[in-house]
Amino acid sequence: MQNLITVRELNEAQLRKILTLSFEIKKNPQNYSQTLRGKSVLQFFVENSTRTRMSFETAVRKLGGTNIGFAGSASSMSKGETLFDTLDTIRQYGVDAVVMRHSSGGAIDWVSRSCGLPAINAGDGQHEHPTQALLDAFTLLEYWGLSPEHSQPMKGKKILIVGDILHSRVARSNIQSLTKLGADVVLVAPKTLLPNDLGLFPKLKVLNRWDDEEGKQVLADADAVMMLRLQLERQKGAFFPSFSEYRHFWGLTRERLSLLKPKAVILHPGPINRGVEIDPEAADSPQSLILKQVENGVWVRMAALVEVLS
Amino acid sequence: MMFLIRGGLLIDPSVRLNEPKDILIENGRIKAVDRPGSFDHLILTMPIRVLNANRKVVAPGFFDVHVHLREPGLEYKETIESGTTAAIRGGFTSVACMANTLPVNDNAITTRYILEKAREAGNARVFPIGAVTKGLKGEELAEIGMMIEAGVRALSDDGMPVMNSALMRKAMEYAATFDVPIISHAEDLNLSQGAPMNEGAVSALLGYRGNPAASEEIMVAREIALARLTGARVHIAHISTREGVDLVRRAKEAGLDVTAEVTPHHLVMSDRLLMECNHGCSHRHARADYKMAPPLRSPDHQEALIQALNDGVIDMVASDHAPHGCVDKETEFELAANGILGLQTTVPILMGLVMQNKLSAERMIESLSTAPGKLFSHRVSLVEGAVADLTILDFERDWKLTVADLASKSQNSPFLERKFKGGAIATMVAGELKWSTAEMEE
Repeated sequence: MQNLITVRELNEAQLRKILTLSFEIKKNPQNYSQTLRGKSVLQFFVENSTRTRMSFETAVRKLGGTNIGFAGSASSMSKGETLFDTLDTIRQYGVDAVVMRHSSGGAIDWVSRSCGLPAINAGDGQHEHPTQALLDAFTLLEYWGLSPEHSQPMKGKKILIVGDILHSRVARSNIQSLTKLGADVVLVAPKTLLPNDLGLFPKLKVLNRWDDEEGKQVLADADAVMMLRLQLERQKGAFFPSFSEYRHFWGLTRERLSLLKPKAVILHPGPINRGVEIDPEAADSPQSLILKQVENGVWVRMAALVEVLS
Repeated sequence: MMFLIRGGLLIDPSVRLNEPKDILIENGRIKAVDRPGSFDHLILTMPIRVLNANRKVVAPGFFDVHVHLREPGLEYKETIESGTTAAIRGGFTSVACMANTLPVNDNAITTRYILEKAREAGNARVFPIGAVTKGLKGEELAEIGMMIEAGVRALSDDGMPVMNSALMRKAMEYAATFDVPIISHAEDLNLSQGAPMNEGAVSALLGYRGNPAASEEIMVAREIALARLTGARVHIAHISTREGVDLVRRAKEAGLDVTAEVTPHHLVMSDRLLMECNHGCSHRHARADYKMAPPLRSPDHQEALIQALNDGVIDMVASDHAPHGCVDKETEFELAANGILGLQTTVPILMGLVMQNKLSAERMIESLSTAPGKLFSHRVSLVEGAVADLTILDFERDWKLTVADLASKSQNSPFLERKFKGGAIATMVAGELKWSTAEMEE
């Protein structure tokens, strides 16, 4: 696998292979400390990022490689240089692979095809964020004690994805990965935050309300609840009337927390908007795996780098 | 120069002509049309250039009512010379060019400049379309009357649609004063919000903002309502939705002077290609080559458009030839310019539909000659005395579109490297053979 651009284009076996390698690396990280020795990875971030970038940089360092950093906002791109010219320029420093984040969907695909370097998508517009989906799957499998070496490891698990599906690359990648791994995925979002045609997605259950009987039942049955960040920077126009109304209907509030099964877990890709999509009591509860997600991000990104560079 | 076109099948739906006949052309006009062989005796006695149209179809000259020639101001994309060369190589004897040049064609001086450049180029006829509003800004009317005096025969702000309905009403009333049609790029910009593709299952999957079919439907409905109010002639450009077509059908049934065009790409491509196009495609701007406004719609709209073209609800086919340089297209998908080349692919694409029995040859020819000619008051026909604008077609021609074939200054065509069966092989404007393949000479 030379590139990791989308989860949609991965099959279940490829997904499980990267996850298996992630578990192996977490178990024996010392065996991989020299894997990228002498290799340079370009961290090409043409959109703001803190945790994904730090996670990828940490992953490269733990593999013995070198990072070359690039931050788009401070770049010559704002002076009108094209994406290609920028990348072609940076390549001259010697680059073996590109990790790229960009505000435009598909930009990474198009860049990787033309530059021919191994590429990992660190989030492209509202399209996909495959390593986030991998770390979410990893975190859930680890918590449940399930092995990615078996097919359909998440069979029978009910996972809710709640909130701003429309603008979320995290949701797009997670829908693909979780269903490929066998889980039953339910989306919960107002119609304004859902694409109006999900016909090309895998089979999903979709609920608009979380406050009615069906919504409560789905919450009580869930094995995991993945809360999405409100993508305030991507929203053009009014998608809901106010934060307090959003929290009331679609937030993981204290009241909804009490409806969860004791063994059910809470995920959030971060950064969290406390008191909007998730109450502090839920984010900080023992059922929350939010910090585990951050830690596991490093292991799966190491696995992804090993995959594309081997 | 006298021409004899021998052995061809003449198809001219405007006079219900569909039979083998020979045509004699002199002084820019059709001198005589008669059964095959009728004029053979003249060959030995007079200086006649003979064109062999055996197994070929001879049609009234094709007219593309929607092209962007980019001159003045954007000559790196196209010039009137290069664009009209693409026209004659694609089988078009006339083109109507949109007003979004730099400066905008919103005044008689620019109109005259375009006509002068077209005369110098000496290729296809050029009908400049005047802007509806000054600078295409949608704020105040352009100097419509003066432009009409200079040669404009239709008005449009095309890709910068007039969103203010009161202003559009005034524009229609004023246009009706001079009896010219207003061409509407029907898009509610408040609803489409600059989205780069069609809204639907594909945009949901790819995470792009979508331009819903409703944004066209709303504006088609508005234009029809205003046509009813003002009595103006309204032409809907590049219609792309089933619902838009239904509205046009009803407007025609109500007796309004409403016409519509469709592009070949909306007839043969859908938004599914945006999902697939990056696969196995080596050139840089694969996905942006499928980006245009209106966007490629879902396959169900495509079927409705083909049906409506057959029915005559959609009157004509226009290419929306929109040349863009690589700097305009080789960029992030959302930022990439809208539009694709069309002048050299429109006729072969339609001939392909004819050979797949999705469109009759008569309807195809009517939609490319009679109907556009009527919109621009430029009658083309294969009758004695008519202006000798004609296009000769070869349904058996096998060929592949390569960069070398393109007369255009730009290369933004999703049809590059595509194999075609059928195409134009000769284009005659006012009795002058502007372009032909070698096989035509006898």
